[in-house]
Parts: sequence; C-alpha cells; structure tokens
Amino acid sequence: MTNRISDETIEYVGILAKLELSGEEKEAAKQDMGKMLDYIDQLNELDTEDVEPMSHVFPIHNVFREDVVTNQDDRENILKNAPEQKDGAFKVPRTVE
Amino acid sequence: MKILELTALELGRKIKKREIGVAEATKAALAQIRALEPELNCYVTVGEEQALIQAEQVQRKIDKGELAGPLAGVPAAIKDNMCLEGMATTCSSKILENFVPSYTAEAVKRMMDQGAVILGKTNMDEFAMGSTTETSAFGETKNPWNPAHVPGGSSGGSCAAVAARECFYALGSDTGGSIRQPSSFCGVTGIKPTYGTVSRYGLVAYGSSLDQIGPVGKNVKDCAAVLEMISSYDKKDSTSIQREDWDFTSALTEDIKGMRIGIPKDYFGPGLDSQVRDAVLMAAKVLEEKGALVEEFDLSLVEYAIPAYYVIASAEASSNLSRFDGIKYGYRAKEYEGLHSMYKKSRSEGFGPEVKRRIMLGSFVLSSGYYDAYYLKALKTKALIKKAFDRAFEKYDVILGPAAPSTAPRLGESLNDPLKMYLGDIYTVSVNLAGLPGMTVPCGKDKKGLPIGLQLIGNCFQEKKLIRVGYAYEQSRSYEEPELAVRVSESQKEEHEGERSAGGEV
Repeated sequence: MTNRISDETIEYVGILAKLELSGEEKEAAKQDMGKMLDYIDQLNELDTEDVEPMSHVFPIHNVFREDVVTNQDDRENILKNAPEQKDGAFKVPRTVE
Repeated sequence: MKILELTALELGRKIKKREIGVAEATKAALAQIRALEPELNCYVTVGEEQALIQAEQVQRKIDKGELAGPLAGVPAAIKDNMCLEGMATTCSSKILENFVPSYTAEAVKRMMDQGAVILGKTNMDEFAMGSTTETSAFGETKNPWNPAHVPGGSSGGSCAAVAARECFYALGSDTGGSIRQPSSFCGVTGIKPTYGTVSRYGLVAYGSSLDQIGPVGKNVKDCAAVLEMISSYDKKDSTSIQREDWDFTSALTEDIKGMRIGIPKDYFGPGLDSQVRDAVLMAAKVLEEKGALVEEFDLSLVEYAIPAYYVIASAEASSNLSRFDGIKYGYRAKEYEGLHSMYKKSRSEGFGPEVKRRIMLGSFVLSSGYYDAYYLKALKTKALIKKAFDRAFEKYDVILGPAAPSTAPRLGESLNDPLKMYLGDIYTVSVNLAGLPGMTVPCGKDKKGLPIGLQLIGNCFQEKKLIRVGYAYEQSRSYEEPELAVRVSESQKEEHEGERSAGGEV
C-alpha cells in the first residue's frame, strides 16, 4: 500500500464524518481507505490539465420561485418521527450551559 | 389462467375488460409473497391491509371510468428508499428503522395517481450502497433462480420480487448500476433513465448527481409503460428536466433496420466471464440479423470510471447522510454525553459497515488538502468520460455490452473484499457519471442456470432508441421465469382451479 493512513488522519476524518469508530473499526478503516486511495490514484495517469471539472452533465441553472408557502402545516406528523419531542418541538441535549 | 404469469400490461388489460378484479390480482400477489418471502426476503415491509384497501378504491375508480391508464389496478412494489406516506421507509438501515414519511415520493405518487396498488417496500443494500443486497440491515435477499446466490444490488429486492412474481413490476433506483446489475442477475428488464427524467423528490439521497429512479419489469414493454407513467418535470426536484418527449411506449417497434450499434472492445477484456461474453455477442448477432449495423469500437477510459465514481458517490454520500443526526427522525443512541456525543453515537450505532466506509472515504476526499487531488480530479475525469461517450454517439445510436462481468455470485462471497465488489460495477458506473440512459434485457443463462443480462446504453434523452432495440431483441426470445421451489400457494391454486379448467388463456 503506498497510501498509509495515519492514526491522526483517521481521527480527523472521524470528526468530519461525525462517526465514533472502535479501535478495531479504526484499523479496518485505515486499511480500507489506504487500499481505495491506491486504487483511486490511477486517475493520476490521466492528463486533466486543461479539463474543467464537471459537476453536472447538463447546463442547468438554479431554479428560483417566489417565496410563498404552498404546503400545509404538518407539524404533528413530522414530529411523530422525532426520537424525542417536547411542546411541539424537537428535543435535543442541552447545548448551552 | 394464472394471474401471476401475466405481464403488467396484460394484467392491466384484463382488469380493464373486467376479466380480473383488482382485489383478485392483489390477493394473488400477496399469496405469492406469503409463500415465498420466508425463503427469498424480497420485501422489508409488506402492506397487506393497505394494499387491499387501495385495491378496492382503485377498482371503484376504474368502474366509474375515472382511471383508464394501461396499468390501472396492477399491483407493484417500490424500493425502500422511496417515501410512501404512512409506510415505513428504512433504506434497509437501522438508522431509519422507525421512519414513517409524512409525504410520498413524486414517482410513487404518479404511479398511484394512475391506479398502482402498492404491495410494499423492497429490500436493498443499506442506503443503496452495495452490489449484492447483503448490506441490508434486515437480512439479505436471495436470488429466485438459485437461493444460494445473491440477487445483485442495490435494487436486489425489487428485481428478485419481479422475477419471483411477488409483484407485477417494481421501482428501483440506480446510482452506479443498481437497477441494471440486479436486473441482469435476476433475469428481468430494468431501465435507468437519463438523469433528470424521473423526479428524485422523496427518494432518499445517496449520490445526488447520479441517482435516478427507474422501472423493473418482466419485459421491455412493461418497463416502457412504467417509465412513461413515472417520468415528469417536477419543480420540487431542482435537477428535473423538461424533456421534449415522454411517450416512451411509442418506441415499441421491432424495426431496427439501419440502426447503428457499437460494441466497446474495452468491455470485453479480461475479467469478463466467457459465458457472459458469448451470450452478449450472440444477442448482437440477433440484432444484426434484424438489420442493425453492428461494429466494434474503442470507447476508452473504461478503467477510470470506477475510481472516479467511488470518489464522487462517496463525497456526495458523506454530505447527504450528514442529515442523519438522531434529532428529526431515525435512530438516537440511548446513552451519550452532550450534543456531539449524541450525533456520533447515534450515527455509529445506526449505520452499517459499508455506509461508514463510504462516509469516511467521502469525508476524506472532500477535506482540505485532498479536495483538489481527489474530488476535483474525479470531476475532471467525469468530463473526459462524458466526452468519450459524446464521440461514440456521433457514430452509434446505441452501445451494446454486458451489464456485469459475471452472473450472480454466491451469498457471502462479495463483502469481505469491497474493492473486488466495486470492480463488478465496471460496465454500469460510467453511464451514471455521464447521465445517460441504460437498460438491461435478459439474454441467456450460464451453465449453472443463472441469468445473463445485456446492457444497452443510449445518448442523453435517447431512451426510445434503447426501447426499440431492446424490444426488437426481446421478440426473438420469450421471457423466462425461474423455477421456484414454491410457486403458488395451495389456496391460490384451488381458487383458480375452476378458471384454468375452463380453458382460460393468457
């Protein structure tokens, strides 16, 4: 493997990904990611010097509309899916001390 | 007459002529589901009661003349990543186990508006990440042709359900081959439309620039009819496209004289099973005999499609799946300390290994310092791949090749080597990168009796050419169904004994 993923990188990516990996999962992730990146590195064989990155295949533009509400109030149904709710709102752990 | 053996359009016609009732057809499908699900596990959720209520409502509308479409009253299934109001939508993930949407996906709504009876939600790889339906949190689906093998994925449940006659047609979604590859493995027909043809509103996002919903059916005709029904310009999907044509069934003609069909030499290199190669080339010969001009050419860049795809799809997945935070819906960890710990624990306990693997890779390629080297490089590669297809379509109407390098692998053989599994997507992912339409049509079986699929690829908005070629090919061979261990439940047999002895013909 030419791409060696350090413990620090895995920690950092874990923070970005909002995932808490066990020691075993971290080791597996290092291996997996290293192998995948080795494989992905073959893209470097391509000369893309003057190529524009293509994010979308068709020339599409932002679709704007008037800021008018078209749907009905569906608070009750939406809240039904919340793991915890209180007084018609989503309940989250305390964030401000 | 055996209801389950009818195609979706044949059943629709009989319902219209009052030869078969909607409830009767629905009950027949539900009986098949009850008989086969213990072995095959095509569905995550079966909505038996809802389906029977819908069947009655649809029948009343048909009787009143309010529903006259060709598929009115035909029972169907949808992949479990499409929202249906009031029925769990899990994406085959523990994190969405209890999620019941308060709205219905646009494609599903269009189906129901035209009289589809929804039988339930089909199994899939977790969040559509996988090629075997083995990454589902609710157990793998088995291939109806041989339950020791996978059905393919990620729309494995939809394709297996159609093959096993547990529905008359189904919707799948295709991000890197997830309709075309399982269609090949299950011996059914599936279409991945041009990007933007079917609304993604209500489809749980994986790789948004690649995801498309499409039909899975017993033949090209059914798929064309379903595609016509679900396609639309939808303001609720900002990448929806206002096409010039939606009348896909008008292309159901056998005349392919003079059509130019290109076979990419690069699709027939090492790694392709020789039986798959032979079956696909045999199909090309059939088309040639029907008057098509078939020749080989170099497509180029084929080997770069998979690395580019996994960078782009994983990057988009890491962003899309950040919405699963244990607050608004889905799983929340039982124990945590503060908000961030709650996010991390809920996600880590809720997602399976393959999903975590792709979120990690996606987060990495988007992180500062690596963004240019990986993500931008992949987007530039995508531009080159699109150009290669543009060049090919200057010369050809349709590109023909295999849908997958092999037939369905055995259960349990794919997940321990992810990279090897990813390589199985070699013929399908470039189609998503370039936004093109693609279709799988069954074209034979290998020595083990497992189905082989032919893939047809068209230029953007050229679904009709695919349908024409696919339909013409299909006329040369009849639809084959798997020999199932349990075909029709006993009660079902008795129920229709009378009709059969009366000589009912399909």
